Amino acid sequence: MDIQVLQEYLPLFGNAALLTLGLGLAGIALSIVTGLICSLVQYYKVPVARQIVRIYIELSRNTPLLIQLFFIYYGLPKIGIKTDPAVCGIAGLAFLGGSYMAEAFRSGLDAVEKIHVESAKSLGMNKLQTFIYVVLPQAVRTSIPPFTANVIFLLKETSVFSAVSLMDLMFTAKDLIGLYYNTTESLFLLVIFYLIILLPVSLLGTYFEHRFSNSGKGQVSKKTQSAVKKNRRNTEKEVAPNVGN
Amino acid sequence: MWGIEVIFKGKNFLRLLGGLGTALEISATAVLISIPLGIILGVLMAGKNPVIKAILRVYLDFIRIMPQLVLLFLVFFGTTKAWGWDLSGEVSSVIVFSMWGAAEMSDLVRGSLAAIPKHQYESAQSLGFTPIQTKMYIIIPQTIRRLIPLSINLITRMIKTTSLVLMIGVVEVLKVSQQIIEANRMTAPDAAFGVYLFVFVLYFIACFIPSIFARKLEKKWS
Repeated sequence: MDIQVLQEYLPLFGNAALLTLGLGLAGIALSIVTGLICSLVQYYKVPVARQIVRIYIELSRNTPLLIQLFFIYYGLPKIGIKTDPAVCGIAGLAFLGGSYMAEAFRSGLDAVEKIHVESAKSLGMNKLQTFIYVVLPQAVRTSIPPFTANVIFLLKETSVFSAVSLMDLMFTAKDLIGLYYNTTESLFLLVIFYLIILLPVSLLGTYFEHRFSNSGKGQVSKKTQSAVKKNRRNTEKEVAPNVGN
Repeated sequence: MWGIEVIFKGKNFLRLLGGLGTALEISATAVLISIPLGIILGVLMAGKNPVIKAILRVYLDFIRIMPQLVLLFLVFFGTTKAWGWDLSGEVSSVIVFSMWGAAEMSDLVRGSLAAIPKHQYESAQSLGFTPIQTKMYIIIPQTIRRLIPLSINLITRMIKTTSLVLMIGVVEVLKVSQQIIEANRMTAPDAAFGVYLFVFVLYFIACFIPSIFARKLEKKWS
């Protein structure tokens, strides 16, 4: 590997990484909004809108992003909807991500037991209060692991943006390989930059998964747990002489 | 209108289906390789040897964290540079998707094994089952039940991911569409809309049918 080539390519890949990250984050932000709307429509069983959301989720989950991008970027202009590459990339990612986020949020909302909502109602809370103080805090907790998994998934999916002539990491790598044949250096930098983007999110995801995986129902803090254990041990000690010899 | 007619001109319809066939063939081959490989890796991951577990973890996490397109580039361009192999796009994609599928599958296997409650093992033991009998009659049937819907989902993901092979020059459904659109540039300038819409629908059908099937099984067995 040639260090000089690496140094020369570094700023190119740096810019490309910023583009990947920027478009990715914009797409993810939009897909969160889409996902929230869709999951709320499904949770409150809004008529008509619910069927539309259902169809949208099926369409978006069962087609690859590359095909969606091709359709948006090359197909839609023919019927008069023109988009520039960046808008197309963000829109495609939001179209794909919206359904994944909706499923993540919905799983969280569904995990809130009905009795909690009923109890809130019997305590005189209105619908909004119930949602903000009872449903939301529990739903967020359950949704966090699938949510981070989706963020990683969507960041990975940005790699197909090069198909609609966005100068992202893949595009830069392919371009440099084609122009100068410095394959080793280009591929090395490609992997390194994707690791820089994805590894922290992935580690965070693993952490969240451990932290929230038992959905926290009836979970007590470590302090209380150890106190309970200590207490139990003491009781056992007291009982022990009578049981043993 | 919108170039829908182009799809049915000459052999275009069959060519598009053939293009989808190429993509499906790659996914089918990759699935056939990755499921047994993934099961072996998953069982090893659920095992107790810390050295094997650590090595596998790094390897599998690397494959799962990298975008599949990067892996395709690594195999397609990287092997040529490093060892002078001249792999075709199809062979590289089968290699990459088998590796990726095995990594995903191993994670599913590990997860399903871990999801079996400990008391199942203990009850079997207290009923006098030997360890092999426990695995044969109690653990494996339950794991398979959990695994089948998950594996079908993996297959639909595989089908979706194989659309990427376009980027390393495999002639699949998108490449065929591009050729058709180019060839009809003069007679049907709007063909891109119709043809890409058709490809969208094709992929939807190819993924929707297995995912419905998986959902049914999941409901039936849970």
